[in-house]
Amino acid sequence: MNVQAPALRDPRLDRPEPLTPPLGDGGFFQRDRSMHPPAHAPGYKSSVLRSPRQALLSLENSVSEITGPVFGHNDLGPLDNDLIRNYAKDGDPVGERIIVHGRVLDETGRGVPNTLVEFWQANAGGRYRHRKDTYLAPIDPNFGGCGRALTDDTGQYYFRTVKPGPYPWRNYVNSWRPAHIHFSVFGSGFAQRLITRMYFEGDPLIPVCPILTTIPDKDALERLVAPLDLNASAPFDSLAYRFDIVLRGQRSTYFENRTAGN
Amino acid sequence: MPQPLNYLKETASQTAGPYVHIGLIPAMAGFDIFEKNFSNVLVTPNTQGERITLEGKVIDGSGTPLRDVLLEIWQANAVGRYNHPADRSTSAPDEEFRGWGRAGSDFESGLVTFETIKPGAIIDKTGRKNAPHIDVWIVARGINIGLNTRLYFSDQEAANAADPVLNLVEPAVRRKTLIAKRTERAGKVVYSFTINLQGPEETVFFDV
Repeated sequence: MNVQAPALRDPRLDRPEPLTPPLGDGGFFQRDRSMHPPAHAPGYKSSVLRSPRQALLSLENSVSEITGPVFGHNDLGPLDNDLIRNYAKDGDPVGERIIVHGRVLDETGRGVPNTLVEFWQANAGGRYRHRKDTYLAPIDPNFGGCGRALTDDTGQYYFRTVKPGPYPWRNYVNSWRPAHIHFSVFGSGFAQRLITRMYFEGDPLIPVCPILTTIPDKDALERLVAPLDLNASAPFDSLAYRFDIVLRGQRSTYFENRTAGN
Repeated sequence: MPQPLNYLKETASQTAGPYVHIGLIPAMAGFDIFEKNFSNVLVTPNTQGERITLEGKVIDGSGTPLRDVLLEIWQANAVGRYNHPADRSTSAPDEEFRGWGRAGSDFESGLVTFETIKPGAIIDKTGRKNAPHIDVWIVARGINIGLNTRLYFSDQEAANAADPVLNLVEPAVRRKTLIAKRTERAGKVVYSFTINLQGPEETVFFDV
């Protein structure tokens, strides 16, 4: 199985000069909806009553869409990106210790700096710390299962956690979610807002997952699968997985493009 | 063969799932973990502008309110300026207003509320005046990619009639799905909205 290989091999990720289209209005590149699951995807039964049936109305981006909330380190606490410690009561959580790292990029290959990345997950047994989760696997008293980080100047983020377990859910009578971590990403404008999930290389549940198989494009699905990254592991401590996230690209901004005297 | 363009592709969206609260509103999941939390209250005591409550529900194709939905809103300040460097307007910024908040629906009633201010009209890059509005983003179990819509205000009839986005909505009868209704309740201004995911009153959603 390919795991994020197209993104990792892209030579422009290492280019010193970002690709900057010369003219633009600050709007985002038109979203390629063939890269996303359709709203109405009957194999994922919950989507049937929750999917709009009218066509979406296409809007050229205005200032309402190219702007978005700005976050800073003041919004975060010192342990927010350490899921091994941020809810520990009397010891470390149970499970495989892992580091997750990667970059938030846009479709031009530029890193997205200083953007908020939030993540949440089940514990090593596949149980979420949530009042509505009744799976029989136990809650881990030392694991909350959520965290957040700001990307650095190059779009890099990282956090430490334990590998989540797979779990059953009510779609078919024997449906199981492959192990995954949820990600919420902002970008620089509200039209880039995205929620996605990272899956793990080699998980045999991936090809039979009713949610994952709603993605029509095989490469788009494989880009959600993080490879094991031994080079980023901490010897005698934690394995590492690498997960890059790509947000919509943006044409140059009003500011760069502003007519003198305007 | 021409040179390859080599743009990257946007990462595929995935549903927020039923446990979205853990990551984004952990108090609703049932635990306390972060020192600082984001919320549905956008104002501080020093924010400029008219205090309003937004109150509404998201309704599925059977007429049932979603009780596990999460909404985020993004809006300009009281004079129509976004708290973001890409807003190049000359309207005054308000450091006491980020302009963004998130809320989960009540697990019983499905009600979603925000405490915010009424935004001002926005002058866009072509000089057109846009009626005051709030951008809304909706995620939940069963929603595969976040839905984008807007809220306009029922007491802004003239501005709404001239708004370039509302005027794009055809047939025109669907424009009313974007308009929140103003009421006053115990001295508070409340704007009520209903977001219908399906049916004859389906809300207008945008591909932004």
